[in-house]
Amino acid sequence: MAVKHITTKEIARKVVTNEETTILDVRNTDEFDDWKIEGGSVHVINEPYFNLLDGIEDVEHKLDKDQEIIVVCAKGGSSQMVAEMFDEAGFTDVYSLEGGMKAWSEHLEPTKIADLNGGGSLYQFVRLGKGCLSYFIESDGEAAIVDANRMIDVYEKFAEEKGVTIKHTIDTHLHADHISGGRNLAEKAGGTYHLPEKDATEVTYEYSSLEEGNDITVGNTTVKVQPLYSPGHTIGSTSLIIDDQYLLTGDILFVESIGRPDLAGKAEDWVGDLRNTLYSRYKELSDDLIVLPAHFSFSSELGEGGQVSARLGELYEKNKGLQVEDEEKFRSMVTDNLPPQPNAYEEIRKTNMGKVTPDDEEQREMEIGPNRCAVHE
Amino acid sequence: MNLVANETLDAKGLACPMPIVKTKKAIKNLEPGHVIEVHATDKGSTADIKAWSESTGHQYLGTVEEGDVLKHYIRKASEAETSEEKKHGDVLDLDGLRSKIDGDETISILDVREPAEYAFGHIPGAINIPLGELEERFEELNKDDDIHVICRTGSRSDLAAQKLSEKGYQNVKNIVPGMKEWQGPTETNN
Repeated sequence: MAVKHITTKEIARKVVTNEETTILDVRNTDEFDDWKIEGGSVHVINEPYFNLLDGIEDVEHKLDKDQEIIVVCAKGGSSQMVAEMFDEAGFTDVYSLEGGMKAWSEHLEPTKIADLNGGGSLYQFVRLGKGCLSYFIESDGEAAIVDANRMIDVYEKFAEEKGVTIKHTIDTHLHADHISGGRNLAEKAGGTYHLPEKDATEVTYEYSSLEEGNDITVGNTTVKVQPLYSPGHTIGSTSLIIDDQYLLTGDILFVESIGRPDLAGKAEDWVGDLRNTLYSRYKELSDDLIVLPAHFSFSSELGEGGQVSARLGELYEKNKGLQVEDEEKFRSMVTDNLPPQPNAYEEIRKTNMGKVTPDDEEQREMEIGPNRCAVHE
Repeated sequence: MNLVANETLDAKGLACPMPIVKTKKAIKNLEPGHVIEVHATDKGSTADIKAWSESTGHQYLGTVEEGDVLKHYIRKASEAETSEEKKHGDVLDLDGLRSKIDGDETISILDVREPAEYAFGHIPGAINIPLGELEERFEELNKDDDIHVICRTGSRSDLAAQKLSEKGYQNVKNIVPGMKEWQGPTETNN
Protein backbone atom coordinates (compact mmCIF):
# COMPACT_ATOMS: atom_id res chain seq x y z
CA MET A 1 0.00 0.00 0.00
CA ALA A 2 1.23 3.42 -0.82
CA VAL A 3 1.29 6.29 1.58
CA LYS A 4 -1.57 8.73 1.14
CA HIS A 5 -1.17 12.46 1.05
CA ILE A 6 -3.23 15.07 2.78
CA THR A 7 -3.41 18.77 1.98
CA THR A 8 -3.32 21.72 4.34
CA LYS A 9 -6.88 22.47 3.27
CA GLU A 10 -8.08 19.09 4.52
CA ILE A 11 -6.29 19.55 7.83
CA ALA A 12 -7.79 23.04 8.18
CA ARG A 13 -11.25 21.48 7.74
CA LYS A 14 -10.51 18.98 10.49
CA VAL A 15 -9.36 21.73 12.83
CA VAL A 16 -12.36 23.99 12.32
CA THR A 17 -14.89 21.17 12.47
CA ASN A 18 -13.34 19.71 15.64
CA GLU A 19 -12.73 16.35 14.05
CA GLU A 20 -10.59 13.97 16.13
CA THR A 21 -7.18 14.16 14.49
CA THR A 22 -3.90 12.51 15.41
CA ILE A 23 -0.72 14.08 14.16
CA LEU A 24 2.79 12.67 14.41
CA ASP A 25 5.12 15.65 14.07
CA VAL A 26 8.62 14.46 13.13
CA ARG A 27 10.44 17.81 13.20
CA ASN A 28 13.14 18.37 15.78
CA THR A 29 11.84 19.11 19.24
CA ASP A 30 12.91 22.77 19.36
CA GLU A 31 10.91 23.56 16.25
CA PHE A 32 7.99 21.53 17.53
CA ASP A 33 8.01 23.41 20.84
CA ASP A 34 8.12 26.69 18.96
CA TRP A 35 4.93 26.04 16.96
CA LYS A 36 2.77 23.19 15.82
CA ILE A 37 -0.64 22.39 14.39
CA GLU A 38 -3.18 23.17 17.09
CA GLY A 39 -6.86 23.70 17.60
CA GLY A 40 -10.06 21.74 17.37
CA SER A 41 -9.58 18.17 18.53
CA VAL A 42 -6.03 17.81 17.30
CA HIS A 43 -3.67 15.56 19.26
CA VAL A 44 -0.03 15.89 18.39
CA ILE A 45 2.91 13.75 19.35
CA ASN A 46 6.47 14.66 18.54
CA GLU A 47 9.28 12.28 17.62
CA PRO A 48 12.06 13.67 15.43
CA TYR A 49 12.49 11.75 12.17
CA PHE A 50 16.19 11.28 12.84
CA ASN A 51 15.37 9.16 15.89
CA LEU A 52 13.29 6.87 13.69
CA LEU A 53 15.87 6.06 11.02
CA ASP A 54 16.55 2.64 12.47
CA GLY A 55 12.91 1.84 13.12
CA ILE A 56 9.68 3.17 14.53
CA GLU A 57 9.57 0.96 17.64
CA ASP A 58 9.78 3.91 20.00
CA VAL A 59 6.53 5.49 18.83
CA GLU A 60 4.70 2.58 17.29
CA HIS A 61 3.18 1.46 20.58
CA LYS A 62 1.63 4.88 21.17
CA LEU A 63 -0.61 4.46 18.13
CA ASP A 64 -3.17 1.96 16.84
CA LYS A 65 -2.62 0.21 13.56
CA ASP A 66 -6.06 1.09 12.23
CA GLN A 67 -6.27 4.69 13.39
CA GLU A 68 -5.74 7.66 11.12
CA ILE A 69 -2.26 9.12 11.54
CA ILE A 70 -1.08 12.28 9.81
CA VAL A 71 2.69 12.58 9.69
CA VAL A 72 3.99 16.14 9.52
CA CYS A 73 7.47 17.59 9.06
CA ALA A 74 9.02 20.88 7.94
CA LYS A 75 8.56 20.53 4.20
CA GLY A 76 7.08 17.11 3.50
CA GLY A 77 10.18 15.01 2.83
CA SER A 78 10.74 13.40 6.19
CA SER A 79 7.04 12.89 6.83
CA GLN A 80 6.89 10.92 3.58
CA MET A 81 9.74 8.69 4.76
CA VAL A 82 8.27 8.12 8.21
CA ALA A 83 4.78 7.53 6.79
CA GLU A 84 6.24 4.83 4.54
CA MET A 85 7.84 3.17 7.55
CA PHE A 86 4.49 3.11 9.33
CA ASP A 87 2.84 1.76 6.23
CA GLU A 88 5.38 -1.06 6.04
CA ALA A 89 4.86 -1.80 9.72
CA GLY A 90 1.21 -2.55 9.01
CA PHE A 91 -0.47 0.76 9.83
CA THR A 92 -3.42 1.10 7.49
CA ASP A 93 -4.44 4.75 7.53
CA VAL A 94 -1.30 6.84 7.30
CA TYR A 95 -0.97 10.21 5.61
CA SER A 96 1.89 12.57 4.93
CA LEU A 97 1.14 16.30 4.95
CA GLU A 98 2.02 17.75 1.55
CA GLY A 99 4.45 20.65 1.85
CA GLY A 100 4.76 20.19 5.61
CA MET A 101 4.61 23.02 8.14
CA LYS A 102 5.83 25.42 5.49
CA ALA A 103 2.63 24.90 3.54
CA TRP A 104 0.61 24.93 6.76
CA SER A 105 2.07 28.34 7.59
CA GLU A 106 0.66 29.65 4.30
CA HIS A 107 -2.76 28.09 4.31
CA LEU A 108 -5.65 30.57 4.34
CA GLU A 109 -9.13 29.44 5.22
CA PRO A 110 -11.91 31.85 4.23
CA THR A 111 -15.00 31.99 6.40
CA LYS A 112 -18.01 34.24 6.06
CA ILE A 113 -18.57 36.58 9.00
CA ALA A 114 -21.70 38.40 7.90
CA ASP A 115 -23.91 39.93 5.27
CA LEU A 116 -23.52 43.67 5.33
CA ASN A 117 -26.26 46.28 5.06
CA GLY A 118 -26.80 47.26 1.49
CA GLY A 119 -25.94 43.91 0.05
CA GLY A 120 -22.29 43.24 0.75
CA SER A 121 -20.47 40.54 2.68
CA LEU A 122 -17.58 40.36 5.06
CA TYR A 123 -15.20 37.40 5.09
CA GLN A 124 -12.43 36.53 7.49
CA PHE A 125 -9.40 34.69 6.13
CA VAL A 126 -7.91 32.59 8.90
CA ARG A 127 -4.26 31.70 8.57
CA LEU A 128 -4.42 28.80 11.01
CA GLY A 129 -0.73 27.98 10.90
CA LYS A 130 0.38 31.46 11.85
CA GLY A 131 -2.59 32.97 13.64
CA CYS A 132 -3.00 35.83 11.14
CA LEU A 133 -6.47 37.10 10.28
CA SER A 134 -7.27 39.17 7.21
CA TYR A 135 -10.57 40.50 5.90
CA PHE A 136 -12.31 40.65 2.58
CA ILE A 137 -15.18 43.11 2.17
CA GLU A 138 -17.19 42.90 -1.01
CA SER A 139 -20.11 44.92 -2.22
CA ASP A 140 -21.60 45.76 -5.56
CA GLY A 141 -18.74 44.41 -7.67
CA GLU A 142 -15.97 45.93 -5.55
CA ALA A 143 -13.73 44.59 -2.83
CA ALA A 144 -11.45 45.90 -0.08
CA ILE A 145 -8.95 43.65 1.67
CA VAL A 146 -7.63 44.40 5.14
CA ASP A 147 -4.29 43.16 6.49
CA ALA A 148 -3.71 40.90 3.50
CA ASN A 149 -1.11 38.16 3.72
CA ARG A 150 1.76 37.64 1.30
CA MET A 151 -0.08 34.85 -0.57
CA ILE A 152 -2.05 37.24 -2.76
CA ASP A 153 -3.19 34.63 -5.26
CA VAL A 154 -5.66 33.33 -2.68
CA TYR A 155 -7.43 36.71 -2.48
CA GLU A 156 -7.23 37.18 -6.25
CA LYS A 157 -8.86 33.86 -6.83
CA PHE A 158 -11.54 34.60 -4.25
CA ALA A 159 -12.27 37.99 -5.89
CA GLU A 160 -12.56 36.28 -9.25
CA GLU A 161 -14.97 33.68 -7.89
CA LYS A 162 -17.13 36.43 -6.40
CA GLY A 163 -16.91 38.49 -9.57
CA VAL A 164 -15.54 41.56 -7.79
CA THR A 165 -12.66 43.96 -8.48
CA ILE A 166 -10.15 44.74 -5.74
CA LYS A 167 -10.33 48.52 -5.29
CA HIS A 168 -8.65 48.97 -1.92
CA THR A 169 -6.13 47.16 0.19
CA ILE A 170 -5.62 48.41 3.73
CA ASP A 171 -3.04 47.63 6.38
CA THR A 172 -4.13 48.65 9.88
CA HIS A 173 -0.46 49.08 10.73
CA LEU A 174 3.04 48.25 9.53
CA HIS A 175 3.26 44.53 10.24
CA ALA A 176 6.25 42.94 11.95
CA ASP A 177 5.17 39.31 12.04
CA HIS A 178 4.20 38.68 8.43
CA ILE A 179 4.87 40.14 5.03
CA SER A 180 1.97 42.22 3.80
CA GLY A 181 0.37 41.40 0.49
CA GLY A 182 -1.50 44.71 0.44
CA ARG A 183 0.84 46.65 -1.78
CA ASN A 184 1.24 43.85 -4.35
CA LEU A 185 -2.47 43.19 -4.50
CA ALA A 186 -3.27 46.85 -5.08
CA GLU A 187 -0.58 47.16 -7.74
CA LYS A 188 -1.81 44.14 -9.65
CA ALA A 189 -5.46 45.08 -9.47
CA GLY A 190 -4.95 48.79 -10.09
CA GLY A 191 -6.38 49.59 -6.66
CA THR A 192 -5.24 51.84 -3.84
CA TYR A 193 -3.04 50.74 -0.96
CA HIS A 194 -3.81 52.43 2.36
CA LEU A 195 -1.42 52.58 5.31
CA PRO A 196 -1.39 54.84 8.41
CA GLU A 197 0.95 57.75 7.72
CA LYS A 198 2.66 57.52 11.10
CA ASP A 199 3.73 53.95 10.32
CA ALA A 200 4.87 54.94 6.86
CA THR A 201 7.64 57.42 7.62
CA GLU A 202 10.29 55.12 6.20
CA VAL A 203 8.44 53.47 3.34
CA THR A 204 9.83 53.68 -0.15
CA TYR A 205 6.61 53.51 -2.14
CA GLU A 206 3.43 55.47 -2.87
CA TYR A 207 0.43 54.87 -0.63
CA SER A 208 -2.75 56.53 0.45
CA SER A 209 -2.85 57.71 4.05
CA LEU A 210 -5.25 55.83 6.27
CA GLU A 211 -6.64 58.38 8.71
CA GLU A 212 -9.73 59.37 10.62
CA GLY A 213 -12.16 61.34 8.53
CA ASN A 214 -11.08 59.74 5.26
CA ASP A 215 -13.73 57.08 4.94
CA ILE A 216 -13.29 54.41 2.31
CA THR A 217 -16.30 53.13 0.46
CA VAL A 218 -16.70 49.74 -1.10
CA GLY A 219 -19.25 49.45 -3.90
CA ASN A 220 -21.00 52.74 -4.61
CA THR A 221 -21.21 54.09 -1.06
CA THR A 222 -22.91 50.95 0.17
CA VAL A 223 -20.28 49.82 2.66
CA LYS A 224 -18.50 52.40 4.75
CA VAL A 225 -15.07 51.76 6.20
CA GLN A 226 -14.27 54.33 8.91
CA PRO A 227 -10.68 54.56 10.13
CA LEU A 228 -10.21 55.16 13.85
CA TYR A 229 -6.78 56.18 15.08
CA SER A 230 -5.83 53.70 17.80
CA PRO A 231 -2.07 53.69 18.49
CA GLY A 232 -0.27 51.31 20.82
CA HIS A 233 1.01 48.29 18.90
CA THR A 234 2.58 50.76 16.49
CA ILE A 235 2.37 54.54 16.61
CA GLY A 236 0.17 54.61 13.51
CA SER A 237 -2.13 51.68 14.32
CA THR A 238 -5.59 52.46 13.01
CA SER A 239 -8.75 50.46 13.56
CA LEU A 240 -11.59 50.25 11.08
CA ILE A 241 -15.30 50.35 11.71
CA ILE A 242 -17.19 48.64 8.95
CA ASP A 243 -20.84 49.22 8.30
CA ASP A 244 -21.22 50.64 11.84
CA GLN A 245 -21.15 47.10 13.19
CA TYR A 246 -17.69 45.57 12.92
CA LEU A 247 -14.54 46.82 14.60
CA LEU A 248 -11.34 45.63 12.96
CA THR A 249 -8.82 46.15 15.75
CA GLY A 250 -5.62 45.19 13.94
CA ASP A 251 -2.98 44.20 16.51
CA ILE A 252 -4.37 46.37 19.30
CA LEU A 253 -7.02 44.14 20.82
CA PHE A 254 -7.43 40.39 20.41
CA VAL A 255 -10.08 38.07 21.77
CA GLU A 256 -8.05 36.74 24.69
CA SER A 257 -5.16 39.18 24.84
CA ILE A 258 -3.93 42.62 23.83
CA GLY A 259 -1.28 43.91 21.45
CA ARG A 260 2.38 44.28 22.31
CA PRO A 261 3.97 47.71 21.99
CA ASP A 262 7.60 46.80 21.48
CA LEU A 263 8.23 45.52 17.96
CA ALA A 264 9.73 48.79 16.81
CA GLY A 265 11.82 48.94 19.99
CA LYS A 266 9.54 51.45 21.72
CA ALA A 267 7.73 49.51 24.43
CA GLU A 268 8.11 52.26 27.03
CA ASP A 269 6.90 55.00 24.69
CA TRP A 270 3.98 53.18 23.19
CA VAL A 271 2.53 51.45 26.24
CA GLY A 272 0.81 54.73 27.20
CA ASP A 273 -0.82 54.96 23.77
CA LEU A 274 -1.92 51.35 24.06
CA ARG A 275 -3.49 52.07 27.43
CA ASN A 276 -5.29 55.13 26.10
CA THR A 277 -6.66 53.28 23.09
CA LEU A 278 -7.89 50.29 25.08
CA TYR A 279 -9.14 52.09 28.19
CA SER A 280 -10.66 55.23 26.68
CA ARG A 281 -10.88 55.41 22.88
CA TYR A 282 -12.45 51.96 22.45
CA LYS A 283 -14.56 52.41 25.58
CA GLU A 284 -16.42 55.26 23.93
CA LEU A 285 -17.55 52.92 21.17
CA SER A 286 -20.70 50.82 21.24
CA ASP A 287 -20.47 47.62 23.27
CA ASP A 288 -22.33 45.90 20.47
CA LEU A 289 -19.54 46.26 17.94
CA ILE A 290 -18.13 42.93 16.86
CA VAL A 291 -14.37 42.87 17.36
CA LEU A 292 -12.44 41.30 14.49
CA PRO A 293 -8.71 41.26 15.26
CA ALA A 294 -5.73 40.72 12.97
CA HIS A 295 -4.47 37.77 15.04
CA PHE A 296 -5.32 34.97 17.35
CA SER A 297 -2.78 33.31 19.65
CA PHE A 298 -4.68 30.41 21.14
CA SER A 299 -6.73 27.75 19.48
CA SER A 300 -9.38 28.49 22.14
CA GLU A 301 -10.00 31.76 20.31
CA LEU A 302 -11.27 29.89 17.28
CA GLY A 303 -15.05 29.90 17.39
CA GLU A 304 -17.64 28.11 15.36
CA GLY A 305 -16.45 27.33 11.84
CA GLY A 306 -13.00 28.59 12.78
CA GLN A 307 -14.06 32.22 13.12
CA VAL A 308 -12.35 34.59 15.50
CA SER A 309 -14.60 37.33 16.83
CA ALA A 310 -16.28 38.69 19.98
CA ARG A 311 -18.57 41.49 21.11
CA LEU A 312 -16.64 44.48 22.37
CA GLY A 313 -18.78 44.58 25.52
CA GLU A 314 -17.94 40.99 26.24
CA LEU A 315 -14.22 41.67 25.93
CA TYR A 316 -14.54 44.48 28.48
CA GLU A 317 -15.86 41.83 30.86
CA LYS A 318 -13.57 38.92 30.05
CA ASN A 319 -10.34 39.89 28.30
CA LYS A 320 -7.67 40.02 31.02
CA GLY A 321 -5.83 42.82 29.26
CA LEU A 322 -8.83 45.09 29.76
CA GLN A 323 -9.29 44.50 33.49
CA VAL A 324 -6.27 46.35 34.87
CA GLU A 325 -7.56 49.57 36.39
CA ASP A 326 -4.23 50.70 37.77
CA GLU A 327 -2.12 52.36 35.12
CA GLU A 328 1.21 51.37 36.64
CA LYS A 329 0.10 47.77 36.95
CA PHE A 330 -0.95 47.84 33.32
CA ARG A 331 2.40 49.23 32.31
CA SER A 332 4.31 46.52 34.11
CA MET A 333 1.95 43.78 32.96
CA VAL A 334 2.63 44.76 29.38
CA THR A 335 6.34 45.42 29.55
CA ASP A 336 7.19 42.53 31.90
CA ASN A 337 5.35 39.90 29.91
CA LEU A 338 6.69 40.49 26.44
CA PRO A 339 7.04 37.17 24.66
CA PRO A 340 10.01 36.42 22.39
CA GLN A 341 9.92 38.50 19.26
CA PRO A 342 8.53 37.02 16.07
CA ASN A 343 10.96 35.28 13.75
CA ALA A 344 12.90 37.76 11.56
CA TYR A 345 10.66 40.65 12.67
CA GLU A 346 13.18 43.34 11.78
CA GLU A 347 13.64 41.97 8.28
CA ILE A 348 9.88 41.64 7.91
CA ARG A 349 9.38 45.30 8.87
CA LYS A 350 12.00 46.37 6.34
CA THR A 351 10.34 44.26 3.67
CA ASN A 352 6.98 45.85 4.45
CA MET A 353 8.58 49.29 4.18
CA GLY A 354 9.89 48.38 0.75
CA LYS A 355 13.50 48.78 1.91
CA VAL A 356 14.46 45.22 1.05
CA THR A 357 12.97 42.77 -1.43
CA PRO A 358 13.86 39.20 -0.49
CA ASP A 359 13.05 36.49 -3.04
CA ASP A 360 9.99 34.29 -2.57
CA GLU A 361 11.87 31.50 -0.83
CA GLU A 362 13.49 33.91 1.63
CA GLN A 363 10.12 35.49 2.36
CA ARG A 364 8.65 32.08 3.17
CA GLU A 365 11.56 31.31 5.50
CA MET A 366 11.20 34.67 7.26
CA GLU A 367 7.59 33.97 8.14
CA ILE A 368 8.05 30.47 9.57
CA GLY A 369 6.94 30.16 13.18
CA PRO A 370 4.27 31.70 15.40
CA ASN A 371 3.20 35.36 15.16
CA ARG A 372 3.81 36.42 18.77
CA CYS A 373 2.07 39.78 18.44
CA ALA A 374 0.15 39.55 21.68
CA VAL A 375 0.90 40.10 25.35
CA HIS A 376 -0.78 37.77 27.78
CA GLU A 377 -0.32 37.12 31.43
CA MET B 1 38.35 29.44 9.27
CA ASN B 2 41.05 26.85 9.02
CA LEU B 3 38.98 23.74 9.44
CA VAL B 4 40.34 20.30 8.85
CA ALA B 5 38.05 17.32 8.81
CA ASN B 6 38.85 13.64 8.34
CA GLU B 7 35.99 13.11 5.93
CA THR B 8 33.81 15.30 3.77
CA LEU B 9 30.25 14.47 2.79
CA ASP B 10 28.44 16.23 0.00
CA ALA B 11 24.74 16.56 0.75
CA LYS B 12 24.21 19.70 -1.30
CA GLY B 13 20.90 20.01 -3.09
CA LEU B 14 19.35 17.30 -0.95
CA ALA B 15 16.16 17.99 0.96
CA CYS B 16 15.32 16.74 4.41
CA PRO B 17 15.63 13.88 5.51
CA MET B 18 18.51 13.04 3.16
CA PRO B 19 21.29 15.16 4.75
CA ILE B 20 20.79 13.32 8.04
CA VAL B 21 20.31 9.91 6.43
CA LYS B 22 23.60 10.34 4.56
CA THR B 23 25.43 11.74 7.57
CA LYS B 24 24.32 8.80 9.66
CA LYS B 25 25.66 6.36 7.06
CA ALA B 26 28.94 8.20 6.63
CA ILE B 27 29.57 8.50 10.35
CA LYS B 28 29.15 4.74 10.74
CA ASN B 29 32.36 4.25 8.77
CA LEU B 30 34.22 7.04 10.47
CA GLU B 31 36.80 6.29 13.13
CA PRO B 32 35.73 7.27 16.66
CA GLY B 33 37.02 10.72 17.51
CA HIS B 34 37.34 11.75 13.88
CA VAL B 35 35.56 14.74 12.39
CA ILE B 36 33.23 14.78 9.42
CA GLU B 37 32.38 17.88 7.42
CA VAL B 38 28.90 17.79 5.88
CA HIS B 39 28.03 20.19 3.07
CA ALA B 40 24.34 20.91 2.80
CA THR B 41 22.07 23.51 1.27
CA ASP B 42 18.90 22.62 3.18
CA LYS B 43 18.48 25.45 5.71
CA GLY B 44 16.78 23.18 8.21
CA SER B 45 19.83 20.93 8.33
CA THR B 46 21.65 23.00 10.97
CA ALA B 47 19.05 22.52 13.69
CA ASP B 48 18.51 18.89 12.73
CA ILE B 49 22.20 17.94 12.61
CA LYS B 50 22.67 19.56 16.00
CA ALA B 51 19.68 17.80 17.58
CA TRP B 52 20.54 14.49 15.95
CA SER B 53 24.15 14.69 17.19
CA GLU B 54 22.98 15.38 20.71
CA SER B 55 20.54 12.50 20.69
CA THR B 56 23.14 10.05 19.36
CA GLY B 57 26.04 11.20 21.51
CA HIS B 58 28.13 12.59 18.68
CA GLN B 59 29.69 15.96 19.18
CA TYR B 60 28.29 18.79 17.06
CA LEU B 61 31.13 21.28 16.67
CA GLY B 62 29.49 24.00 14.65
CA THR B 63 28.43 25.24 11.25
CA VAL B 64 30.11 27.62 8.87
CA GLU B 65 28.08 29.35 6.18
CA GLU B 66 29.78 29.87 2.85
CA GLY B 67 27.41 31.44 0.37
CA ASP B 68 24.49 29.06 0.03
CA VAL B 69 26.41 26.14 1.47
CA LEU B 70 26.26 25.19 5.11
CA LYS B 71 29.28 23.27 6.36
CA HIS B 72 28.47 21.27 9.45
CA TYR B 73 31.22 19.75 11.60
CA ILE B 74 30.53 16.69 13.70
CA ARG B 75 32.94 14.57 15.68
CA LYS B 76 32.11 10.92 16.10
CA ALA B 77 31.58 9.77 19.64
CA SER B 78 34.51 7.95 21.13
CA GLU B 79 34.05 5.47 23.96
CA ALA B 80 37.59 5.94 25.25
CA GLU B 81 36.69 9.47 26.28
CA THR B 82 33.98 8.45 28.64
CA SER B 83 36.40 6.48 30.80
CA GLU B 84 37.02 8.20 34.09
CA GLU B 85 40.43 6.72 34.72
CA LYS B 86 43.23 9.24 34.46
CA LYS B 87 46.80 7.97 34.57
CA HIS B 88 48.83 11.17 34.47
CA GLY B 89 49.31 12.18 38.07
CA ASP B 90 49.87 15.90 37.74
CA VAL B 91 46.45 17.46 37.17
CA LEU B 92 45.07 20.96 37.47
CA ASP B 93 41.43 22.03 37.45
CA LEU B 94 39.92 24.81 35.35
CA ASP B 95 39.95 27.39 38.17
CA GLY B 96 43.61 26.64 38.71
CA LEU B 97 44.32 27.15 35.05
CA ARG B 98 42.35 30.36 35.01
CA SER B 99 44.26 31.93 37.87
CA LYS B 100 47.51 30.95 36.18
CA ILE B 101 46.38 32.61 32.95
CA ASP B 102 45.37 35.72 34.88
CA GLY B 103 48.67 35.71 36.79
CA ASP B 104 52.10 36.94 35.69
CA GLU B 105 53.69 33.62 34.86
CA THR B 106 54.23 32.68 31.25
CA ILE B 107 52.48 29.40 30.67
CA SER B 108 51.85 27.39 27.58
CA ILE B 109 48.61 25.63 26.78
CA LEU B 110 48.54 22.66 24.46
CA ASP B 111 45.12 21.86 23.01
CA VAL B 112 45.11 18.26 21.75
CA ARG B 113 41.61 18.23 20.22
CA GLU B 114 40.96 17.93 16.50
CA PRO B 115 41.60 21.12 14.48
CA ALA B 116 37.89 21.60 13.81
CA GLU B 117 37.07 21.42 17.50
CA TYR B 118 39.84 23.89 18.22
CA ALA B 119 38.63 26.20 15.45
CA PHE B 120 35.15 26.57 16.96
CA GLY B 121 36.52 27.76 20.29
CA HIS B 122 39.77 27.55 22.22
CA ILE B 123 41.63 29.41 24.96
CA PRO B 124 43.46 32.40 23.47
CA GLY B 125 47.11 31.55 22.91
CA ALA B 126 46.63 27.78 23.09
CA ILE B 127 48.56 25.83 20.48
CA ASN B 128 46.84 23.00 18.69
CA ILE B 129 48.44 19.62 18.12
CA PRO B 130 45.79 16.88 17.82
CA LEU B 131 46.51 13.82 19.95
CA GLY B 132 46.97 11.71 16.83
CA GLU B 133 49.79 13.95 15.58
CA LEU B 134 51.61 14.40 18.85
CA GLU B 135 54.04 11.51 18.20
CA GLU B 136 55.38 13.31 15.11
CA ARG B 137 55.06 16.85 16.33
CA PHE B 138 55.99 16.89 20.02
CA GLU B 139 59.33 18.55 19.25
CA GLU B 140 57.43 21.74 18.46
CA LEU B 141 57.09 22.07 22.22
CA ASN B 142 59.78 23.49 24.43
CA LYS B 143 61.00 21.07 27.11
CA ASP B 144 61.48 23.85 29.68
CA ASP B 145 57.96 25.18 29.38
CA ASP B 146 55.24 24.70 31.90
CA ILE B 147 52.85 22.81 29.62
CA HIS B 148 49.12 22.62 30.31
CA VAL B 149 47.42 20.01 28.21
CA ILE B 150 43.73 20.37 27.53
CA CYS B 151 41.08 18.61 25.46
CA ARG B 152 37.31 18.44 25.73
CA THR B 153 36.87 16.14 28.72
CA GLY B 154 40.33 15.41 30.10
CA SER B 155 40.84 11.97 28.49
CA ARG B 156 42.78 12.80 25.37
CA SER B 157 44.82 15.32 27.33
CA ASP B 158 45.60 12.57 29.86
CA LEU B 159 47.03 10.38 27.08
CA ALA B 160 48.92 13.34 25.66
CA ALA B 161 50.37 14.26 29.06
CA GLN B 162 51.57 10.66 29.54
CA LYS B 163 53.17 10.70 26.12
CA LEU B 164 54.99 13.95 26.79
CA SER B 165 56.28 12.62 30.11
CA GLU B 166 57.65 9.56 28.31
CA LYS B 167 59.42 11.91 25.93
CA GLY B 168 61.13 13.57 28.84
CA TYR B 169 58.94 16.61 29.41
CA GLN B 170 59.01 17.36 33.13
CA ASN B 171 56.45 20.08 33.67
CA VAL B 172 53.26 18.71 32.16
CA LYS B 173 49.86 19.14 33.72
CA ASN B 174 46.61 17.58 32.58
CA ILE B 175 43.76 20.10 32.76
CA VAL B 176 40.49 18.59 33.97
CA PRO B 177 37.79 18.32 32.95
CA GLY B 178 38.47 20.38 29.81
CA MET B 179 36.94 22.73 27.28
CA LYS B 180 33.51 21.24 27.80
CA GLU B 181 33.27 23.09 31.12
CA TRP B 182 35.55 26.03 30.40
CA GLN B 183 33.87 29.34 31.28
CA GLY B 184 36.79 31.63 30.60
CA PRO B 185 37.59 33.55 27.44
CA THR B 186 37.80 31.70 24.14
CA GLU B 187 38.54 32.67 20.59
CA THR B 188 37.67 31.12 17.26
CA ASN B 189 39.77 30.82 14.12
CA ASN B 190 38.99 33.31 11.42
